[in-house]
Amino acid sequence: MIEMNADPQPLPHFISPEPFDPHAVEEVSPEQEKLYLASQWRMMWLRFRKHRLAVFAGIVLAVMYVSVFAVEWLAPYAQSSRNVDFIFAPPQRVHLFDKGAFIGPFVYAYDYRLDMETLKRIYTENREKPQKIRFFCRGDGYKFWGVLDSNTHLICPPAGSTLFLLGSDRLGRDLFTRILYGARVSLTIGLVGVTVSFVLGMLFGGLAGYYGGWVDDLVQRAIEVLRSIPHLPLWLALAAILPVTWSPLLIYFGITIILGLIDWTGLARAVRSRLLSLREEDFCVAAELMGASPGRIIFRHLMPSFMSHLIASATLAIPGMILGETALSFLGLGIRAPIVSWGVLLNDAQNIQAVALYPWLMLPMVPVVIVVLAFNFLGDGLRDAADPYK
Amino acid sequence: MLRYLIQRLFIMIPTLLVISFLVFAIIQAPPGDYLESMVAEMQSRGENVPQDKIDWLRHTYGLDQPFYVQYLQWMFGSWNGLHYEGGGLVFGDLGYSFEHNLPVKEVVGDRLSLTVVVSLASVLFVWLISFPIAVYSATHQYSFFDYLFTFFGYIGLATPSFLLALVLLYFANVWFGTSIGGLVDPQYMDQPWSWGKLVSVLQHMWVPVLVIGLPGTAGMIRRLRANLLDELNKQYVVTGRAKGLPPFRLLMKYPLRLSLNPFIADIGSLLPELISGSVVVSVVMSLPITGPMLLEALRSQDMYLAGSFLMFMAVLTVFGIFVSDIALALLDPRIRFGAGSSR
Repeated sequence: MIEMNADPQPLPHFISPEPFDPHAVEEVSPEQEKLYLASQWRMMWLRFRKHRLAVFAGIVLAVMYVSVFAVEWLAPYAQSSRNVDFIFAPPQRVHLFDKGAFIGPFVYAYDYRLDMETLKRIYTENREKPQKIRFFCRGDGYKFWGVLDSNTHLICPPAGSTLFLLGSDRLGRDLFTRILYGARVSLTIGLVGVTVSFVLGMLFGGLAGYYGGWVDDLVQRAIEVLRSIPHLPLWLALAAILPVTWSPLLIYFGITIILGLIDWTGLARAVRSRLLSLREEDFCVAAELMGASPGRIIFRHLMPSFMSHLIASATLAIPGMILGETALSFLGLGIRAPIVSWGVLLNDAQNIQAVALYPWLMLPMVPVVIVVLAFNFLGDGLRDAADPYK
Repeated sequence: MLRYLIQRLFIMIPTLLVISFLVFAIIQAPPGDYLESMVAEMQSRGENVPQDKIDWLRHTYGLDQPFYVQYLQWMFGSWNGLHYEGGGLVFGDLGYSFEHNLPVKEVVGDRLSLTVVVSLASVLFVWLISFPIAVYSATHQYSFFDYLFTFFGYIGLATPSFLLALVLLYFANVWFGTSIGGLVDPQYMDQPWSWGKLVSVLQHMWVPVLVIGLPGTAGMIRRLRANLLDELNKQYVVTGRAKGLPPFRLLMKYPLRLSLNPFIADIGSLLPELISGSVVVSVVMSLPITGPMLLEALRSQDMYLAGSFLMFMAVLTVFGIFVSDIALALLDPRIRFGAGSSR
């Protein structure tokens, strides 16, 4: 049996003496008010900022894209300066201390000899004299953006030596320089290609989603057909059509268009499904009843509400383009010399003998992986931020 | 079910026809035809041009005809009225390889069947690896191994398979001093199929299958994990747990089954991806499948050889998608009864 308490203490009852404000719940703090009043884009930015990895990836990409503008100045050599004495030279280590004394970044010059038995080139560091790396200096002449003549560089090889930070290739060209130049093509090709597929995807997805009916069916079938052909063989076949006589620049645009022509299906699907669901919303019906034209409804009312999603999808589509270009050029059907891209550089690494002897030829794959990873992270962050009201 | 099957079959045929037209348009696009350049080359070398053979080729493939006639002859063979004269893709004649001076069928050999074997093995590999990892990651979200797998998944997603192949080749060379390229031991090359050859193929195959399948695996883990997580956060799971259902049984009974849907539906996107990957990987690792020969055919504009390969890959994918659709319909009655169009 539970013993009842003989005389139960009354519960302590607290009554606030403050005057009661029935609207206290609805009042918002200044920070909350700022958040509530924030525009959609500002909310997205706040949400995006929380995704640390995405922000970091965005910064990495921003640095890379900015450096693309000043490649000529950043690179220690010009795009195709050859050093016939240093063919397949391994990467030179950058040292800071010589015999215990600090003298700033420097390299040791290479002594070259040919192994007469294996016919292998052997490079040994000449430890006698440190060769100081020069900064903000005059080196190989170049035409900045193909227009301005100049010869200043951020870093130059030491006066009496070479500077192969990542080794040199079969013509004695500095790999580091060529990776920097390759970034110009490899990074921009993704953007241009995505623009092409963005336009196509918006057009076809928009038509299918807005009009529905047989237009929708037609576009859907076309998308299905395109998606059921493996992309790479199709890219290869299309790239093989590009005439050999075309200039490298034309080839570049040809390749971007090929990449975009086949890749629009994903974006078109995204646009279509968004439009299909948004078309039934009240604000859209209202606009239609007021007599707005289809163009106005699509661009004024529907587009803003799914633009953010599209940007996220497009960001996630860029790495596919970059990898596509790399694969095409790697197989020798994409960008052609003298223009360099990371895929063109990797073309040298196709031969397993070359790779076993000169493993630094595989280095251009490092930036490829970094860029693709960064775009994936950035795209993930953007996708999460695209719907900030969730 | 039968209705759905027939319906899907009827979608498949026009799809393949459109693809064949596209493929033919692409391989036809380069100016000039191979026969002309071949004749010119042979004449410049002072060789005798077998006129009757050239006439036969020209006639069978209609090289002097307008585009649509050539296409029809390539697809359906040449007809004299109602009398069938030969050729035609639908009758199993893949055309003539000008480069090798042989019918495509003989040039191709067992490359096509090996391609099918490698692709199927890659799909199996993707399933076998990604399924347990994804289930583990989803049920142990934010655990150490979840982060580890996610990290490797991102790396796998960002590393194109041919680069992975290169790296593997390099390390195999450095560590073991051997080359891991190829799909059979040299002694079995061009030999008919035998038990020894089969064993040798199986011994060699794991490397390309691993390399080709890895990017797909990474993507599959990501999708399955996300799907399973969505299901696990639903209220019926909480209810089940609250009622004291054993965790394993609770996982097996509903959430896992529901999240398996994309596992099968994704063959549609997985297969083209795998085949694309296999093209480059096979060039790097010199595998005797379609990749290297397709590349060579495209370079030398050997149109029927290239066309056969492209068509073959497309057929393989379309058929794979067909099978996955059927499997999905078997698994999910919503699709069978036509409500799945909103998927």
